[in-house]
Amino acid sequence: MSATVQHVVWTIRANPVTGVAAAGLAVLLVLAVFGPWLQPHDPLASNVSMALLPPSSQYWAGTDQLGRDIFSRLIAATRLDLAIAASAVSLSFLAGTFIGSIAGYMGGRLDRVVGSVVDVLMAFPLFVMAMALVAVLGNRVENIILATAFINLPFYIRFSRAEVNARRGLGWVEAARACGDSHLKIVLCSLVPNILPAMAIQVSLNLGWAILNAAGLSFLGLGITAPTAEWGIMVAEGARFILSGHWWLVAFPGAALMLTVLCFNLLGDGLRDILDPRMRT
Amino acid sequence: MSEHLISVTDLHVGFSTRRGAVKAVRGISFELVPGATLGVVGESGSGKSVTAYAITRLLDRAGEITSGQVSYFGRNLGSLTEAEMRRLRGSAISMIFQNPRAALNPIRCVGQQIADALNAHGRLTRAEQRERTLQLLRDVMLTDVERIFRSYPHELSGGMCQRIMIALAIACEPKLLIADEATTGLDVTTQKVVMDLLSSLVAERGMGLILITHDLGLAARYCGEIAVMREGQIVEKGAVDTIFGHPRHEYTKRLIAASPTADSTIEDLVPEGEAERFAAPAPMKVSGAPLLLEVRNLSKNFSGFAAVSDVSFTLAAGESLGLVGESGSGKSTISRIVTRLLDKTAGEISFKGESIGEVPATRFNSHRARRDIQIVFQDPHESLNPRYTAFDSIAHPLRTLEKSLPREELNRRVRECADRVGFPAELLTRFPHQLSGGQKARIGIARAIATRPSLLVLDEPTAALDVSVQAIVLRLLDNLRKEGGLAFLFVSHDLNVVRMLCDRVVVLQAGKVVEAGRAADVFMKPTSEYTRTLLQAVPSFSFRARAKVESPVEI
Repeated sequence: MSATVQHVVWTIRANPVTGVAAAGLAVLLVLAVFGPWLQPHDPLASNVSMALLPPSSQYWAGTDQLGRDIFSRLIAATRLDLAIAASAVSLSFLAGTFIGSIAGYMGGRLDRVVGSVVDVLMAFPLFVMAMALVAVLGNRVENIILATAFINLPFYIRFSRAEVNARRGLGWVEAARACGDSHLKIVLCSLVPNILPAMAIQVSLNLGWAILNAAGLSFLGLGITAPTAEWGIMVAEGARFILSGHWWLVAFPGAALMLTVLCFNLLGDGLRDILDPRMRT
Repeated sequence: MSEHLISVTDLHVGFSTRRGAVKAVRGISFELVPGATLGVVGESGSGKSVTAYAITRLLDRAGEITSGQVSYFGRNLGSLTEAEMRRLRGSAISMIFQNPRAALNPIRCVGQQIADALNAHGRLTRAEQRERTLQLLRDVMLTDVERIFRSYPHELSGGMCQRIMIALAIACEPKLLIADEATTGLDVTTQKVVMDLLSSLVAERGMGLILITHDLGLAARYCGEIAVMREGQIVEKGAVDTIFGHPRHEYTKRLIAASPTADSTIEDLVPEGEAERFAAPAPMKVSGAPLLLEVRNLSKNFSGFAAVSDVSFTLAAGESLGLVGESGSGKSTISRIVTRLLDKTAGEISFKGESIGEVPATRFNSHRARRDIQIVFQDPHESLNPRYTAFDSIAHPLRTLEKSLPREELNRRVRECADRVGFPAELLTRFPHQLSGGQKARIGIARAIATRPSLLVLDEPTAALDVSVQAIVLRLLDNLRKEGGLAFLFVSHDLNVVRMLCDRVVVLQAGKVVEAGRAADVFMKPTSEYTRTLLQAVPSFSFRARAKVESPVEI
């Protein structure tokens, strides 16, 4: 156990950015889990007499057009946005890795069919496809998750396919055959664990995209609906007030989005180093 | 002072790594006069390649010359700027690398690449460039130079690519050529052609040659002087006859002893101290043993190309059969088919009287003969799952093929296998990257014998190992066979190794059997022209020193 801790410490020391990103992620997780106890005000309570107040010591990020505390709403939105991103990414990771690694291992016709389908999917403007999916399925959180997972699927299939394909001819895969493993067991128990470090980068980047995607859908009115606190909706609602000089309605949720996505993007490389046993000595 | 083509004085090279500074080269000195050939021999990790990179100042960013100096005709190379050094590389000092295909640009035709090298060091018109390039191609004994000029690296064989590399290296008429394991990946016959060419070019042009190799036979055949390196230091240096005929240093003696020759036996290879540990059991009687494996008229086509055609052989229980041939001879394909990892196109394979050739390879994993036919792979590092500890690797076949083995029994079996191959039990929790090449080879063998098979297919099991490790692994394999009554199907390109380990041999060329018979007969009185060529191409190493070696080899 202490070897693992040492390794993590070493990785972070070698690349301090990973440490910063990990700290950012920790803050986000705390906000997501303990949000309801940390909010200074009720995120949904409107008070028109206090509408559009600039940031002050009472309302740290100001109030919106209905007099709701923006800071409390930012915290309340963390849980929802992270939950959407995490479930969407897990779904596409599980399904995509499964399909992609089997196609990459088997090769032949299955691989060609999967490859063509992925190419066709990627030729669509993916965000438009997500919009269409949510529009057809209905404006619900589950459907945002499904749509986000679906449009990320091609990346996972492609990536895991390439990674597995590069390894399927290696000696230890043949050795596993000689040890009596079936093809399915080789893919799931030998190959997939070996591509995990490389996939970690993809997952981490993808979490960022998934958050942007969910926020984008909400911004267009296709996702979460008001009055739920969500970064995308907050930006969408606040956009109307930029011209009148009420910048804080957009700036704070926008910054929250940007920092979260940045944090996930920076985490990727460090995560790979931590997951790869070969990086340990 | 300036009559030395190159002189290296007290060179130290260090690498900064996660674990702190590593000293790869620790104070070596040598010099070379024009026209001389120096062989730098040593095992992996001895610092011989790092020395070459330090001379040409091509060390990667983590490496640094910490002290000492390299002079070229009295000029200190360390004091030159990067631009001056670049002018010197190619025109004064050239290098030839191990993998010619990787060193050539895959998307440019080879003639153009040579012309680029000419262009980098002098202004020539297009026609002159072309003329010089064609001449260079002729110099490296290529025919049909016009066609080769326009060829891409993937269209040429490995030997031809290496000749292109030589043409590139001598294009600007350097005074010093450094060949870093330049023929290691090539077949013996190709190796002979390339090395003969290289040494004649060097002699003709009065160049100095530094030949870096792990193959003592090669160094003995082509070099005038030898420097033996170990752990970053030159342990012994001198004329080739002195070094190999009368080695003074313990390590040199051990290296010489471990190198297989045309008349050595397995017992010769391992020093005394080690031999005690592997007390040789009485040889098993082979004659009259029941037939274990019978392969009849085996053929394999890969999309129209016949990799194996009409090959037949038999193997008795406890017997050892060698499959010998160069790359493309189909020997690895046969080993995969016999191990049932690959399906045949035609022919029959019967194992213990049962036809197993008809069972598709995809289903063979659940066949009851699976545990009875096991394989040891060529590259010990590549054949171990990087996420498995040594214990998991050895336990892998037991977990899948002998299900419901209780935990204590599994532990006991794994430890027993590790013990039989001489793998220390306290290292069982380590991952492959934390182990040495020899230790990984032992795990590969332990895994293959874990299910107590009766047929072990060995696919060049020592090709990726240092000679001293190879010696110990060969000894181990030989003992396993004699103790346990295992039958071996030994696939190799190394004739000396096959001769020592096998009772009978089958010589393959382009998928066909050219010669088969008792090992002694085939090697002493070859009947086919191909076998004779193969035997002649093996670098002979006749300075066998029968010196006693006291300390056991560490691997």
